[in-house]
Amino acid sequence: MARYLLRRLVFLVVSLALACVVLFVLLRMLPGDPANALTAVGASPEQIAAARHAIGSDKPLPEQFTHWLGQLASGDLGTSFVSSLPVGSEVASRLNVTVPLTLAAFVLAVLVAVPAGFVAAHKRHTWYGALLSAVSQLGIAVPVFWLGMILIAVFALNAGWLPAGGFPQDGWSEPGDAIRSLVLPVVTIALVMSASLIRYVRSATLDVLDSDYLRTARALGSSFGRAMWRHGLRNASVPVISVLGIELASTLLGAVVVESVYALPGLGSMLATGIAQHDYPVIQGVLFVSTLGVLLIGFAADLLQRIIDPRLRGRLSGGAR
Amino acid sequence: MSLKKTSLYGTATAATLVLTVTACGGSGAGGSAGSGAYDKNATVSIGSLYEPQNLDNTAGGGQGVTEALNGNVYEGLFKLTDDGKVEKLLAKDYKVSGDGLTYTFTLRDGVKFHSGKELTSQDVKYSLQKVIADDSQSARKSNLEVIKDIATPDPRTVKVTLSQKSISFVYNLSYVWIIDSQAKNLKTTEDGTGPYKLDKWTRGSALGLDRFAGYWGDAAKNKEVVFHYYKDATALNNALLTNAVDVVTSEQSPDALDQFKNNQNYKVNDGNSTTKLLLAFNDKAKPFTDVKVRQAVSAAIDDKKLLESVWGGYGKLIGSMVPPTDPWYEDLTKVNAYDPARAKQLLAEAGYAKGFAFTLDTPNYDPHPTAATFIKSQLAKVGITVTINTITPDEWYTKVYKNHDFSATLQEHVNDRDLVWYGNPDFYWGYDNKQVTQWVQQAEEASGTAEQTALLKKVNEKTAEDAASDWLYLYPQIVVASSKLSGYPLNGLNSQFYAYDIEKKG
Repeated sequence: MARYLLRRLVFLVVSLALACVVLFVLLRMLPGDPANALTAVGASPEQIAAARHAIGSDKPLPEQFTHWLGQLASGDLGTSFVSSLPVGSEVASRLNVTVPLTLAAFVLAVLVAVPAGFVAAHKRHTWYGALLSAVSQLGIAVPVFWLGMILIAVFALNAGWLPAGGFPQDGWSEPGDAIRSLVLPVVTIALVMSASLIRYVRSATLDVLDSDYLRTARALGSSFGRAMWRHGLRNASVPVISVLGIELASTLLGAVVVESVYALPGLGSMLATGIAQHDYPVIQGVLFVSTLGVLLIGFAADLLQRIIDPRLRGRLSGGAR
Repeated sequence: MSLKKTSLYGTATAATLVLTVTACGGSGAGGSAGSGAYDKNATVSIGSLYEPQNLDNTAGGGQGVTEALNGNVYEGLFKLTDDGKVEKLLAKDYKVSGDGLTYTFTLRDGVKFHSGKELTSQDVKYSLQKVIADDSQSARKSNLEVIKDIATPDPRTVKVTLSQKSISFVYNLSYVWIIDSQAKNLKTTEDGTGPYKLDKWTRGSALGLDRFAGYWGDAAKNKEVVFHYYKDATALNNALLTNAVDVVTSEQSPDALDQFKNNQNYKVNDGNSTTKLLLAFNDKAKPFTDVKVRQAVSAAIDDKKLLESVWGGYGKLIGSMVPPTDPWYEDLTKVNAYDPARAKQLLAEAGYAKGFAFTLDTPNYDPHPTAATFIKSQLAKVGITVTINTITPDEWYTKVYKNHDFSATLQEHVNDRDLVWYGNPDFYWGYDNKQVTQWVQQAEEASGTAEQTALLKKVNEKTAEDAASDWLYLYPQIVVASSKLSGYPLNGLNSQFYAYDIEKKG
């Protein structure tokens, strides 16, 4: 296990380094010049050159890249071209919105989808099993912004129970308001996420229900519940966990639509603004942090799978036991 | 000129270019009538789509920084009122020399910056220099480059010498923030003299202003103002509907207005806008070098129908670059009015009886794509084939504005008094008429507003007749507010939003 962990960590660091190179290069291949955003309309070539010099975009790319890596190594995400604010502290304040939003939505989605998916599989021949299955199918097709608008119309505009959007300016120092403003966005993401999760849980459960080992366990005298608990869930959870990992990772950045509908100052909207302004330090900072997040989630999902499924321990580490 | 008022992102490359001239246009008064008692310690929440990029208006802060800080946190020697008048603010008095080249300003006494420092002539000199500095991105930079010398004979007196006469000098000064010359980090902090001081700016979310106890003038009529920023117009309207904000500075679509119009808790105010939607031809590229072709295109498009489809019953038709609030306004909607038969005849006279084809560079945000599709269908009826090329604001800036590499384009021009751009043959649309250039120059050097107005009227008439561009319509300026509020600005001139007179009932 220790060897596996080490290998997995090396893999993580290499992935992160590769991601840095790709994102740095791709960013500079985009059309447009950040200096345009920093000079007045009608600026002279000298003024534009001065702006390029001021932000260092006139230096050779390898030099810019090593400069960035050096900053990263010292824990500095740089300074925004446009606002002159440090990127790190802004990312941190945005994470205060995005992380609770993503995690809460994720937990809620799992709490809904796991039992619902199980019921949809186990009771697939009953009317409610079929209904669950149909509803989740429909749920996958629902666009997030539409669901958000409906929830706002019902719970904020008509009922007036919750705010229609925004986040308290003082953030979590007003915990009540902060939580209230996250309820609808969390529900929105969770509903959409659980729709697809239900499908995965259902199909994983179906595989298990048809499996030989479950039948054998029953034949040996286990009750259905006990056989499911000891053998079924464990087997079903392995594919589900990798899906969960992917869902969680994509929500981290995919929250941009929800952030826009609910006017939340999250990481996604910071990225969108940064891209529009060619604000390289902002784009790089956000993408670096979220790439790191995604890789860590993948790491955790892999680890969890190995703990649950002993068969993987041999396979993934590639070595003899 | 500015690329866009409604842009969610991407306005950074836009900025505002303005050439302007003094004198005042009368228009609506500020806010709905104040009546009854109001809460002197109220918090006013203002909803806006325009978050500042940073807090420095000479460093690309964008339209958001003008909206939030102009007149509220920073003040100029003069101020532009909501109805377009220029009034003295930090200048107590001023004198102009006989040759019109030397302006002597006396500063108001007892003015303190938020830091506690007293205002002196040094600060004024510093602030003026900041606007015309090499790295300045101020929209007024080119207008103020007539400044030759700034002298400060004593702490209360500033003497500015110009290289040539400039009748709009005082007007342009209303855009120059007077900043503490010792202040640092102006992109993220402030040190102005206004009725509010910056409380806290949370990027991506809100910017708070607190009433400044040491203000030299009348104290603000509310204790605190918070600008809440939204990226999505629907989210902004929802905020107003749920009382999360008290007022929306500028509605950008008529769709949402019905829910406020038929509700006594809200007031929908139809103010005067200066934003014009233009179909700008490249007057230096064939076939638009031909006046008849430009006139034909203008006559082939039914502006009224377009305005109706984009804005419902709001907005106005204009026949030239001049909105009714500019002093040199004349109703020229009859010039090159909608007349498809005349359009066909003009095309035949120009040698395009069978029509022609051109590409229309269309910014990718509303209302440009809608307008482009409409124009395409209208021009098809007179035999002109339009290819719509959708581009981002950044591409527009490089391709159209800088490189003049286009046939025709759509663009919003937001500022007042921007007719004078037709006097600049190097401007992106390439209108080059020696007489017009001369009139514009003479107007700027005019000795009085009557002379200036008369000259610019000629410019207005000539450019309209020449169909220098096709001015499709004038946007409405719609402020929607809670009925508890009064005293807010209605016209949002050049994106300003003075908050200090806003009264909120408890």
